[in-house]
Amino acid sequence: MFNFLKRNSDNLPDFWRTYENKFQQKTVDEIDKNRFIVLDTETTGFDYENDRILCIGALALHDNKIEIKNGFEVFLIQEVYGKESVKIHGILKNTKRPKITEIEALELFLDYIGNSIIIAHHTFFDITMLNNALLRNGLPKLKNRLLDTSTLYKKTIIKSNLLSKKNSYTLDDLADKFSISKKDRHTAMGDSYITAILFLKIVSKLKEKKEITLKYLFK
Amino acid sequence: MKNTISHRVADFLKNFPPFNELTDQEIELISEEITIVYKEKENIIFSEKEKGHSHFYVVHKGAVSLSKPESNTIVDMCDEGDIFGLRPLMANENYELQAKAHEESILYAIPISVFKPVALTNTAIGNFVIESFASNTRNPYSKNHRGKLFIDNTININSDTEKSASDFKLIDLQPVHYSKKIISCDTNTTVKEAAKIMTEKKVGAILVVHDKLPVGIITDKDLRNKVVTGAYPITTTAGAIMTTPVITYPSTLTITQAQMAMMKSNISHLCLTADGTVDTKAVGILSKHDVMVALGHNPAVLIKAIKRAKKTKQIKSIRKSIMNLLKGYLDQNIPMTLISKIISELNDACIKQIITISLDKIEEKPPVKFAWLSLGSQGRSEQMLHTDQDNALIFEDVSEENLPKTTFYFINLAKAITKRLNTIGYDYCPAGMMASSSKWCLSVSEWKKTTSHWIINPGIDEVLLAAIFFDYNAVYGENSLAHELSNHIFYTVKKYPIFFVHLAKGALQNPSPTGFFRQFLVEQDGAHKDSFDVKNRALRPLTDAARVLILSHSIKSINNTAERFEKLAELEPNNKEIYLACSYASKALLKFRTKQGLNHNDSGRFIDLKTLSKEEKIKLKRTFKTIKEIQELVTLRFQLKSM
Repeated sequence: MFNFLKRNSDNLPDFWRTYENKFQQKTVDEIDKNRFIVLDTETTGFDYENDRILCIGALALHDNKIEIKNGFEVFLIQEVYGKESVKIHGILKNTKRPKITEIEALELFLDYIGNSIIIAHHTFFDITMLNNALLRNGLPKLKNRLLDTSTLYKKTIIKSNLLSKKNSYTLDDLADKFSISKKDRHTAMGDSYITAILFLKIVSKLKEKKEITLKYLFK
Repeated sequence: MKNTISHRVADFLKNFPPFNELTDQEIELISEEITIVYKEKENIIFSEKEKGHSHFYVVHKGAVSLSKPESNTIVDMCDEGDIFGLRPLMANENYELQAKAHEESILYAIPISVFKPVALTNTAIGNFVIESFASNTRNPYSKNHRGKLFIDNTININSDTEKSASDFKLIDLQPVHYSKKIISCDTNTTVKEAAKIMTEKKVGAILVVHDKLPVGIITDKDLRNKVVTGAYPITTTAGAIMTTPVITYPSTLTITQAQMAMMKSNISHLCLTADGTVDTKAVGILSKHDVMVALGHNPAVLIKAIKRAKKTKQIKSIRKSIMNLLKGYLDQNIPMTLISKIISELNDACIKQIITISLDKIEEKPPVKFAWLSLGSQGRSEQMLHTDQDNALIFEDVSEENLPKTTFYFINLAKAITKRLNTIGYDYCPAGMMASSSKWCLSVSEWKKTTSHWIINPGIDEVLLAAIFFDYNAVYGENSLAHELSNHIFYTVKKYPIFFVHLAKGALQNPSPTGFFRQFLVEQDGAHKDSFDVKNRALRPLTDAARVLILSHSIKSINNTAERFEKLAELEPNNKEIYLACSYASKALLKFRTKQGLNHNDSGRFIDLKTLSKEEKIKLKRTFKTIKEIQELVTLRFQLKSM
């Protein structure tokens, strides 16, 4: 059975194959029993083609617990640099933080996430940035299942024609709504933490209505 | 690994004992090893007799109750910054208490293997932990006895003290909260001036100091007995009429000690000084009132405390006392009418104070007059427990060009208010019916237009909105605005009587409480499967029926369901019996719901039938007969059968 995989990934490095192999394990239906990776990226800008990832921050969530020492935070060496976004997250090109190359970061990242379910706020943006980075390094797209707290939140709102639903909820909107402290907002790790707590609170809110399984979150 | 989150945790920890004794490096080291644990409300963190975890816990957000489940006594409530679950740190034993998330909570789990070496080398920390463990009080420094060494025979003694402490009502041993802002005057100050200061600061006693040391005290009683009687002129000095010497105590006094001290000397104020003698600086004043608040026995005292509160956090803790009061009332079987009056009065006072605080904090003063309306159960004075907030805001008409600006101002104000209400325990309304939404923050004319629209076009949504809105009660601000709107509503429904038919129809649409064989109908699915929805199936039909009937009589300003039925009994003597039965039923059901809610720390809406005694079940079923009868009356009255 490995032959089939091999043919597709002949030119791919070992760490990708290790990552790929982890997906033979199935997810379980009880939400708490799964490992989730809550992530956020800081980038040089919002252009999927030309902008680059500055920092990846992620936390592992398992059984409603987050171990701080198992957090993931890497800063990337930059070639491209947008002045605009520096104002937001304050990562300057020549700060003293230890930095690594894009491919090193991706290797560490893939090893860290494994087959966990990825959670982010406006997941599409972060995942596209990551997939484009993978592509630049001749690697396929991420294989993980994805959840987005901005869409999950909509499940908690009562369906009623009395209410006007907003189309999009920012992380700030929801942090306020759920009384989550916005300390460390606009750092990858800080935003991951806010997103993680937000995810837990949304799931707890959904549970109030009925018992839910993992399947429901992906519906 | 050092990262952003470990910094965040360290920043939090260093504000609380014992971590404030640690060096930054030590806190960092511990923070990096912490696991963040999220617990939903009512989730167990550890149970009695459970094997000790490899961590102990700090509450970051929320609250955790420590209790003895078999006797149902809560031994301690841990708030933000409190530590618990220390037993495995002290001894290799199983837990003696159960720890449960009283609210949704975020905890920091600190590995014992990391913390222990630090605690062993730092006696201040070791002592704090021993004391916390032994006494279960929040601030162990307040107790007289002190632990000695970290690991020695005290462990065994401690496990005994823990047992005996849990038999106590622990609140008595907690340190008192006294006012740290000391209102004082000099011995040369005139009595008139002193009285002015007391009035301004709203206090009943003023401390007289000389060379920064307390030499005497003047209370309201002194002013009455010595000045108003004419014994001393108003121009006399404070030194002449003060009671001296002052009775002083150390600030580490517990509530029980304070009570004893006041009884012993028959005084209402204690002066707290740095070392407890008159030779050191005064650090605070403790009044009988403070003691009463701490004990939470007296609604009048609580009202006073609410009115004095300057911070949302203070009101949050007062609300805990209100819940204690409510529980006590129910245990003593005090009539529900009285209970709901007192509790709603207290709840209203909290909301009022929250609005006052919000107005103080906002820079601009309101451009025009406004009123804050409580809707739904709160408007009907039937909200005993913490439930969702439903509210609206109405403001004076302004010119068209000023309307957007004015609306913007009030929405912002409402946002600040609803946020604070959320902090003190009112959940946000899931349907967004709050004054912070543009639909529920309108000028008088806009409200008139909206309510007219509901009345003239009574679709299902409009009737539902009207039903929620029409039980409004102006808790704060300009009452006349609410009156004006009420008059408009009554005028409009008279013109469009068809609205009553729709409102009545809405009142009959609630699911029935019992099935064909008189068995309880329980929920078929969802999280509350097999439990009985007392709100929708029993309380709501009564509330809805009362509303449509009372509106059809054009009676305003009675919002409470039970009172509405009493009024109806008066207006329609031929139906007196059924109305009085309804009044009784609504009180009984509300009591039922409140008791359930207090026992389960929720809204009490869903009742697990298995937990009811036979007698309770019969009682509950008796109210259903009444519900059926009133629904028949509504059907006949508004001729719904023929529709």
